[in-house]
Amino acid sequence: MLHATLLGFALSALWWLLSGFTTPLILSLGAGSIVAVVWIAWRMDVIDHESHPLHMAPKGVLYFPWLLWEIVKANIDIAKVIVQAKMPIHPQVMDLTAGQKSDAGLVTYANSITLTPGTVTIGVEANAFLVHALTDDAAAGLASGDMDRRVSAMEGMSSRDGDG
Amino acid sequence: MALALDILSWAAIITGGAFCIIGAVGMIRLPDVFCRMHGVGIIDTMGIGMIILGLALQTGFNLTLAKLAMILIFVLFTSPTATHALARAARYGGVEPQLDKPAKKETDQSNT
Repeated sequence: MLHATLLGFALSALWWLLSGFTTPLILSLGAGSIVAVVWIAWRMDVIDHESHPLHMAPKGVLYFPWLLWEIVKANIDIAKVIVQAKMPIHPQVMDLTAGQKSDAGLVTYANSITLTPGTVTIGVEANAFLVHALTDDAAAGLASGDMDRRVSAMEGMSSRDGDG
Repeated sequence: MALALDILSWAAIITGGAFCIIGAVGMIRLPDVFCRMHGVGIIDTMGIGMIILGLALQTGFNLTLAKLAMILIFVLFTSPTATHALARAARYGGVEPQLDKPAKKETDQSNT
């Protein structure tokens, strides 16, 4: 129920920010469609802690700025590699063990790896990631396990939730 | 003040455009499908991010800013998923990554 209410709030915010209407008729039509969407989502049984990883939100506030900064640094590195005439790349595939326990945590980690230029997750089998890295530096940065630890820290208490 | 904002916003947009071009160059220059994905990664993080930052500085504090922020957030969530789907499809289709061949032309893929 909590998740359904929050989905309703999130959809209302999205609807209003995208439309910007304030006339009562249009607003009530919007409210009607949101209720319909929440009801359909509830019927489809897709409203749970997994589709709304709320428990990650507080620590995500710390994680995402860090991730953005990492992305900026990696972008500059890879852009430098690409524009060099010799293009000093060392494509390599590495195995990584992900320390996350929930699916949402694993997805966050895998997507963070892919989002950082220079490394792409090309395979996921349970906790084992197959990662393609473009340069030695990118591979070494990932092998240090810093990102893994930070995503695990953000995941935090996720093993205990499950109500909804 | 308006001038400073303009300068900042244009700097951001030009930087974003430059990263888009570098990403596109990377897509052409890099040797195989997995390496080319890294070029795409530049476009859909730094390229899009800086362009949206520049546009946000242009638009000021209003509803359009919220829409720009949403575009950025949705792209940051969906683009790695799409890249991963592409990588899986390539592996499923039997493409093996070329490993540790620093930019040589004697690849076995013809007509590049």
